[in-house]
Amino acid sequence: MLAVLVKRLGSSCLILLGVAAITFVLLYCMPADPAVMIAGRTATPTVVANIRHELGLDQPLIMQFFNYLANLLKGDLGRSYVQKSQVSSLIAARLPATLILMFSGIVVEVVLGTTLGVIAALNRGRMLDHIVMGLSFIGVSAPQFVVSLFFLIVFAANLGWFPMSGFGTFNHIVLPALTLGVLGAGWYARMVRSALVEVLTQDYVRTARAKGLTGVRVVLRHALPNALLPIIAMIGIDIGQFMSGVVVVEAVFGWPGIGQLAWQAIQQVDIPIIMGVTLVSALAIVMGNFLADILAPMIDPRIRV
Amino acid sequence: MRVLREILRQPAALLGFAIVCIVVLSAFAAPLIAPFPPEQQMFDGLTLEGSPMPPDAKFWLGTDTLGRDLFSRLLYGARTSLIIGVVANGSAVLIGLTLGMLAGYLRGTVGNIIMRFTDLMMAFPALLLAIVLAALLKPSLWIVALVIASVNWVQVARIVYTETCALVERDFIVAERSLGASHGRIIFFHIAPHLIPTAIVWGTLGIATTVLLEATLSFLGIGVQPPQASWGNIIFESQSYFTAAPWLVYYPGLAILLTALSFNLVGDALRDILDPLQRGRL
Repeated sequence: MLAVLVKRLGSSCLILLGVAAITFVLLYCMPADPAVMIAGRTATPTVVANIRHELGLDQPLIMQFFNYLANLLKGDLGRSYVQKSQVSSLIAARLPATLILMFSGIVVEVVLGTTLGVIAALNRGRMLDHIVMGLSFIGVSAPQFVVSLFFLIVFAANLGWFPMSGFGTFNHIVLPALTLGVLGAGWYARMVRSALVEVLTQDYVRTARAKGLTGVRVVLRHALPNALLPIIAMIGIDIGQFMSGVVVVEAVFGWPGIGQLAWQAIQQVDIPIIMGVTLVSALAIVMGNFLADILAPMIDPRIRV
Repeated sequence: MRVLREILRQPAALLGFAIVCIVVLSAFAAPLIAPFPPEQQMFDGLTLEGSPMPPDAKFWLGTDTLGRDLFSRLLYGARTSLIIGVVANGSAVLIGLTLGMLAGYLRGTVGNIIMRFTDLMMAFPALLLAIVLAALLKPSLWIVALVIASVNWVQVARIVYTETCALVERDFIVAERSLGASHGRIIFFHIAPHLIPTAIVWGTLGIATTVLLEATLSFLGIGVQPPQASWGNIIFESQSYFTAAPWLVYYPGLAILLTALSFNLVGDALRDILDPLQRGRL
């Protein structure tokens, strides 16, 4: 078990190293010279040369890469071109808001998706099943930004139930979390349904029924735990997906998280921030998968690692 | 033919197929159907206060913030979406097929390198990578297609790799090899034909993903650039008006939703028909 854990951790680190290498190459390919961007358009060549020396941009490429890696390990993601402050502190300030939104979105999608999946599986082949599956298909196909704007128009602008944008109270989080959750729920509903449909025909479920247990109890206590594993794996994936996927939702709802930070950076071509957010999201994706991997055998002893 | 007949038998797939046909037809026939040129700013296209016109008898779906006919722009937007959907997704499937097949057939060091690179790309947040690439290169229709292709091939490569690995072990490949067939011959004539169903399924499902990604990039302002119409940039351009002119969000949004939905429906049905083992997975 421990050996496997170490091996997984090792390969996760390798993947992160690869991600860092790719972001470095992309940074290097940028048409904008970082030294000029930091110094400003009116700076004299000496000033630019000084900054270039300070940033180590006059060193050989391979040295630059090692410096870049060393800085990353120290948590230094570079300096924003526009805001002139450290990218790491900008991201750290925004991270809590994104984590709150991510957590709420995952709660909504898991609860909603599981409920719908159970309903569909219990009514397999009937009208209700078709309706739920149809809805989940729409959820899977709907563009996030359109649903965000739709919620904003209907529930904020027309009905006035929720604020248009911002952060702070419970009402502010309802619409962004619903957007993330309603769209994500489609995947969960499909997954839970197919896991349940498979299990509900097995002997032990028939035995449970024969013992005289109610349908609800059979599903909740005996069948549903089998769907737990794919749900955990899916949450692991979603942790990573949401870290980058929230760009759109945060931009539309004015939610002050790292997605909005990235979106503002796009408008100003502030490359270090975009790169920083990319790295943090990649870290989240790798961590999410890692957690799902080590949790799986704890939940289901049939899985031998 | 058999596949088409089976699609027509399932109501959901039939619905999807019908919408796909409508979208393709309106993209091809856009110049014939569109009541106005898509980029013409009409002087009666704005109200006296200068805001967009709601849908009426002349402008069926209303006008946008510059007084252009929304219906005409949506028709031309279908072209943009489909071109990107077909080109970007086609390239993604091709790249995925090639790399997955090579990795699965060669295994060893080369296969390992390819698959580790695939793992690496899996860890990259797709939307953010697309954003970085789009910011790096000057956005245009073809660049957007390139960006999407460079993000979307990963999943195809993984699936093709798994399938190729299973195929290589099969007796007919071993027999072929013992007969002295070259690597190229085995790959092209004996492995590739077995991967056609996968390619067709992903060629269809992937269009839905691609259309959504293109719309999202265009909505963020780094996709297809105005004045060229794209469903995403129509919404991008009218962002500040969306409470006063919600039709500028609703109709393009509906077009994106229906297109993605229809390709998903058809792709899902194709998977059931072509690959019975994978039934019901999405």
